[in-house]
Amino acid sequence: MTTRAVEAWTLEPLVKFVKEAGARLVLVMTSAGQVMAQHGFSRAVDVMSAAALGAAIIASTDEIARQLSQPPFAALNHQGQRHGIFLGSVITGRGKLVVLAVYDLDTSSLGLVQLFFEQLTGDLQAASPKEGVSKQVLAADFERELSDSLNTLFGR
Amino acid sequence: MTAPAAYGPALDLVTRVRGVRGAMLVSGEDGIVVAEQLMEGIKGGAVAALAASLAARLRRAIDAAGVGPTLFWHLQCDKGGLLVVPTPSGVLIVAVAEPDVNVGLVRLELLRAAEAVG
Repeated sequence: MTTRAVEAWTLEPLVKFVKEAGARLVLVMTSAGQVMAQHGFSRAVDVMSAAALGAAIIASTDEIARQLSQPPFAALNHQGQRHGIFLGSVITGRGKLVVLAVYDLDTSSLGLVQLFFEQLTGDLQAASPKEGVSKQVLAADFERELSDSLNTLFGR
Repeated sequence: MTAPAAYGPALDLVTRVRGVRGAMLVSGEDGIVVAEQLMEGIKGGAVAALAASLAARLRRAIDAAGVGPTLFWHLQCDKGGLLVVPTPSGVLIVAVAEPDVNVGLVRLELLRAAEAVG
């Protein structure tokens, strides 16, 4: 399974998280769904779908929390029969990042993913560049930015 | 499985043994703490997640060996130990103990706690 990053500083924390939590698929993305790193995905179309859906779920839960006058939910977990899906967010020097992890219930557990997600948040916060926020992606640049990111993520 | 109200008294059985630094009920499947009575400084969430992961792997090894279900395991370390009894409902009763603890007594209380939890 390959781990690749668009922004190099996300790679080491992600590799460590994958190894320790036993996650099968992981995406690190911005809250807008722009992918910064991925592990385990073999097709670009899956990355795009997962990123869009993950970002949408986080946006929805943030809005539910806002409507309830609560701080945003720390994390969200969906447990299926064979796999679990964990979504959490972290504030870094590059702004808010969303982490989506899919884990096999045979080889990992929610407890393990939660435990090592805490470590991942610390590692990402420590590794993120302290100055400058990543530039806004303009609509005109979107296709090119997306293609560039996907090419990096799949080693093309 | 017994109602949550019984969890406190079940943990009391274990923590009252001299040398036990804490006891927890852990969901074996999720690795999440269900109830805990721990001394300060013990990272309950981490112990729960890692103990459940270890229990799952041990169960597979024991299944492969064909020696029947696990009744009790004791992980002895330099500065203490981890003692675990799984219950039929999938909950693990976990005790964190000092090195000089009476292991036989802790095992007995863990088994009693497992019976109480169900």
